[in-house]
Amino acid sequence: MPIENLLNPMLQSATIELLSISPPGWGANLLRGLANSIQIAVGAFGLGLAIGIAGAWGKLYGSPMVRDLMEIYTTVVRAVPELVLILLLYYAGTDLINRALDSFGYAPIDISGLVAGICVLGVVQGAYATEVIRGAILAIPQGQIEAARAYGMPPGKMLRRITLPAMLPFAIPGLANLWLIATKDTALLAVVGFNELTQETRQAGATTKAYFTFFVAAGVLYLLLTLFSNVIIGRIERWARRGMPPVTESGQ
Amino acid sequence: MSAAARAESTSTGRSEWLQPHRIVLIAIAVALVLSAIFFMRWDWLPNYFDLALLGIWRTIWILVVTCTLGFMLAIPLGLAQAAGPFWLAWPAKAFCTVIRGTPLLLQLWLLYYGLGSLFPQYPWIRQSDLWPILRQAWPYAVVALTLSYAAYEGEVMRGAFAGVPRGQLEAARAFGMSPWKRFRRIWLPQAVSRALPTLAGETVLQLKATPLVATITVIDIYAVASRVRQDTFIVYEPLLLLALIYLIITGILVFAFRKLEARIPARLG
Repeated sequence: MPIENLLNPMLQSATIELLSISPPGWGANLLRGLANSIQIAVGAFGLGLAIGIAGAWGKLYGSPMVRDLMEIYTTVVRAVPELVLILLLYYAGTDLINRALDSFGYAPIDISGLVAGICVLGVVQGAYATEVIRGAILAIPQGQIEAARAYGMPPGKMLRRITLPAMLPFAIPGLANLWLIATKDTALLAVVGFNELTQETRQAGATTKAYFTFFVAAGVLYLLLTLFSNVIIGRIERWARRGMPPVTESGQ
Repeated sequence: MSAAARAESTSTGRSEWLQPHRIVLIAIAVALVLSAIFFMRWDWLPNYFDLALLGIWRTIWILVVTCTLGFMLAIPLGLAQAAGPFWLAWPAKAFCTVIRGTPLLLQLWLLYYGLGSLFPQYPWIRQSDLWPILRQAWPYAVVALTLSYAAYEGEVMRGAFAGVPRGQLEAARAFGMSPWKRFRRIWLPQAVSRALPTLAGETVLQLKATPLVATITVIDIYAVASRVRQDTFIVYEPLLLLALIYLIITGILVFAFRKLEARIPARLG
C-alpha cells in the first residue's frame, strides 16, 4: 500500500492519453510546434550560411574597413547572450522597419513571428558560420586557389567551382554543429512568445497541469530531431569527403 | 594584394594597428557612444542601480557555481567514456547525448515546472527540512545549468583523456605508481591542460546560458533589465546596457583563461 501511495501522484501526472493526436490530447499541438521549430531552424541556418559565406569572404579578401567591421560583428554577436540579441533585434528590427515605412508614408506592418525569428537567429548563426567557413577556406591547399587564378577565373566562378566545393569537407563538422545549435536555439523564441515546440509544450502543461509528461515528450521530440540530423550529417560528410583519404578516429 | 597587406600588418605588429580606417572607425564608435549617452534616456539608472549590482552578482555567482560543479561532474563522465567498462561508458554517453540533444530552456522548465509540480504531491517531501529550499527557483536553475555544463564538458574531457599519450601512462605504471596516483599526477593534469582552450569557450557559452534562469523567476542581471523595461517602458537603453555588461564579463573571462593557459607549460608530449 505505501508504495502505491508513493507512485500515485506520479501516475496521475504521467497521463499518456494527453499526448494523443486527436483533440482531447495535445499531441497535434506539439507536432505543430515541432514543425514551426524546424521551419525556423532551416530558415535561420540557411540565412546564417549566406551571411557566413559573405562574412568569410569579407574577412579574408575584403578591404581593411570591411575586415574590421566583420570582426566587430562576429565578436559582439558571439559574446552577447542569444536571448539578449533576440530581444534587441526583435524590438529594434520591427521598430526600425515600421519607422522607415512611416517616413515613406506607408502604414506600419505587423512582422510575423516566423520571419522575425528566422532573421534574428540567422544573424546569430551568421557570426558563428563566418568563423567556421573562414577556417575552412584557410584549410584549402593554397595551390588550388592559385591554380584557379592562373586559369584566369573571375572571382564568382572561382568561389562557385573551387573555393566552396574544396572547403566543404573542412566546414561540415562545424556547420553540422551549427545546425544542431540552430534546432535548439529555436526554443529561445518561446521567450518572445512565438509558438514553437517549447512554448506549445508550456501552454499544454499549463492547461492540463501535466508539466512533466509534456516536457519529457518535447525532450524526446528534440532528441529524435538531433539523432535524425546526426544520421543525415554522417551521410553528407561521407559524400563531401569522397575521394579524400579517410580520417583516423583517434585524433591527435 | 590583400594577403600581402595582411602579412605586412601581422609582421609589423602593434605600430601598424592604428591605420587611418581604424581612426575613422574609432571616431564613429565614440560618436555613437556619446550620442547614446546624451540622446537616450538614462534617468532610470539611479533607481535600479542597487538591483543591477545584485543582478550582476547573481549572474556571476551562478556562473561560478555551475561551472565548478559541472566540471567536477565532467571528470568522471569523461573518464567513464574514455576508459571505463561498457556499463559505465554507456550511461555516461547516453547522459551526454540526451543533455546535448535537447534545449537547455526545455531542461530548465522540465525541472522547474515538471519536478516543481510533482514534489508538492508527496507529503514527506513537503514536511522535510529541504522543502523551504525546494520551493525556491534557484536550486532548479543551478541543477539544470550544472548538468548542461557537465554534459558538454564531459564530451570534451573524453577527448582530452583519450588524447594523453599511452607512453606517459605506461611510464607512470613502470615507476610503480598506484592507479589513483597515476590518475592524479599524470592523467588528469595533462587532460585538463589539453581541454583548457575548449574550457574557455564552454565557459563563455555557459555565461550566455545564464539569462535563461530569468524565465524561472531567478533575478539575475537579465531579469533586472526586463523589469526596467516593464516598469518604465524604456526598451533599448536597458538592453544595450545589458549587452555591454555581458561583453565586459566575456572579455574578463577570456582574459582570465588566457592568463591561466599561459601559466601552463605549452609542451605537451
